[in-house]
Amino acid sequence: MLANVPFIAFALIAIIGLATMIMRKNIIKIILGLGLLEGAVNLFLVALGYRQDGIAPIFTNAPSTKMVLPTVQAMALTSIVIGVATMALLLSFAVFIYKKYGTLNSDSINRLKG
Amino acid sequence: MSFTQHTPALVVGIPLLFAFALPLLGKIHEKIRNGLAIIGMLLTSATGLYLAYQVFATGAMAYVFGAAAPDLTIPPDSGGIPIRIIFSIDAFSAFMIVIISIVGLMSTLYSLATEKLRSGQADFFALLLLLVAGVIGMVSTGDLFNLFVFLEISSLAGAALVAYRIDKGLAVEAGLKYALISTVAGLFFLLGVAILYGQYGTLNMAVIAQNIRLSRLDIIALVLIIVPMAMKCGAVPMHMWTPDAYSRAPAAITAFLVVSSQAGMYVLFRMFFTMFNLNLNTVTFGWVVIILGVLSMFIGVTMAIPQKDVKRLMAYHAVSQSGYMLLGVGVGLATLGNKELLDACGRTAMIGGIFHIMNHALYKGLLFLTAGAVIYTTGKRYLNDLGGLGHTMKYTMIFFIIGALAIAGIPPFNGFASKFMLYESVFLFNPFIAIIAIVVSILTLASFMKVFHSMFMGPKLPQFSEAKEVPASMLTAMGVLALLVVAGGIFPDIIVRNIVEPAVNALLEQSQYIGLVMGAK
Repeated sequence: MLANVPFIAFALIAIIGLATMIMRKNIIKIILGLGLLEGAVNLFLVALGYRQDGIAPIFTNAPSTKMVLPTVQAMALTSIVIGVATMALLLSFAVFIYKKYGTLNSDSINRLKG
Repeated sequence: MSFTQHTPALVVGIPLLFAFALPLLGKIHEKIRNGLAIIGMLLTSATGLYLAYQVFATGAMAYVFGAAAPDLTIPPDSGGIPIRIIFSIDAFSAFMIVIISIVGLMSTLYSLATEKLRSGQADFFALLLLLVAGVIGMVSTGDLFNLFVFLEISSLAGAALVAYRIDKGLAVEAGLKYALISTVAGLFFLLGVAILYGQYGTLNMAVIAQNIRLSRLDIIALVLIIVPMAMKCGAVPMHMWTPDAYSRAPAAITAFLVVSSQAGMYVLFRMFFTMFNLNLNTVTFGWVVIILGVLSMFIGVTMAIPQKDVKRLMAYHAVSQSGYMLLGVGVGLATLGNKELLDACGRTAMIGGIFHIMNHALYKGLLFLTAGAVIYTTGKRYLNDLGGLGHTMKYTMIFFIIGALAIAGIPPFNGFASKFMLYESVFLFNPFIAIIAIVVSILTLASFMKVFHSMFMGPKLPQFSEAKEVPASMLTAMGVLALLVVAGGIFPDIIVRNIVEPAVNALLEQSQYIGLVMGAK
């Protein structure tokens, strides 16, 4: 049970993030919901890579040659970097939308339709 | 160490290098900036085409990053698993790289003229090169996480380009939708990749394909991967971003966004055929793809008919045309388990579907570029405001006619060649679907007749008396695409035999892809 806590946390955060994206009208909040979802996926990645008594693959410090391949940790780092870029881009879009439309309400950002 | 061994790395490295050099060096002088943009793209295209030639001539290539030798896929001390990032370029990847090289070069050439008098060009071309690098990476990589990274590069660069010319906020609205949807999709993709990694302890597609057990988690991972990809290629229930993004992006970018969507389709097919193949219940999943395809075809074209904005209309046609590709490959997938049926119709349907990817990229690119040329000269994008341009823009009109006839599947153009293969083989599989496909084609023709008539026909309008033909570089870009459209219609057999059939075989032969990384068994 205790080992599943990170996965339960992942599911909760992901659901909160998705619910925020669907139920909120303010696009900044929608973008922050996306941020939550991103954090949840990163948590899932790191939780997946955890091994009991695992040894970090630093050759000089490792007591034996049995080490854990840090692929998921590397993936989570890369994914965090990509998340920062995405956030920056989306928030800059929000700034421009506010400048041009004068609102952040997603109900009024609907000039493209048909 | 020879140059030819390293083409798979160079084809992604060159556009990345130029993309990051452009904002810096482009500040010096605008000639340097334009020169860097066009030389960067030319080098990328040349390397891409050469790489494709290598693959078609000598067989699939694996390229290992950071290894002692580029083809050393399994390091001797790793215990039999590939641990490095590997690019696996087989004939299907090479086929996509050919399309990317051609359309990418034409987009850059066209942008040089349309963006000439506007601000922020260095960043514009940098983003365009990043988009090209991302899309090439998506189709060449053999590593699932690497695929996610390239997917995000192409989504973000694409969204930034869609919103680049703010256009009273409308373009930003389209860009916001595109970025938001593709990021959520990207995260689901990453979740699917993580589930696969958790089970198989590797990210290499070939290794996973070799060990796949098809547990319940694998099916969840598959769904988490294919739904984002169906979104990326604009299949119908997930198509809502396509008309917005395609209609508001600059014309040259739209032409390339079509290719970027097709990279999503590449990943979709790669998952079905290379990763899962016959382990999957291919009939069920084949029908899922067929239904996606038929819905896209029909809803796309019916939504296109009432549109008044020329680029939005074409965007809905892009949705409709991607339905043909999904249909063709879906029939191939549905018949994969049945050898007789596969030989009777499945293989031809797949050849038609894959050939249609190339044809669509060419004629749709051409059509978006002609629409861009009309908007460039007149500043108007609504069909009701346009008219009589045939008197002044003769070349653009001719290119538009070529594109419009090709998309409708009229004989001497390439659209006919692939659509005819599809009709023929799908009719054997299920006549009803073939009839829908033909009806959609007729509706497409009707819709483009309307566009042609309202843009080019009629008397010369006084407000467009000053309108003149677009600059030479735009005409060249359109001309080359038009030439390829005609060539594809006159000599379809040469293209099918040399490029399309190897691509289809590469998809069908799962063991070849595995053998490329794991060594022949």
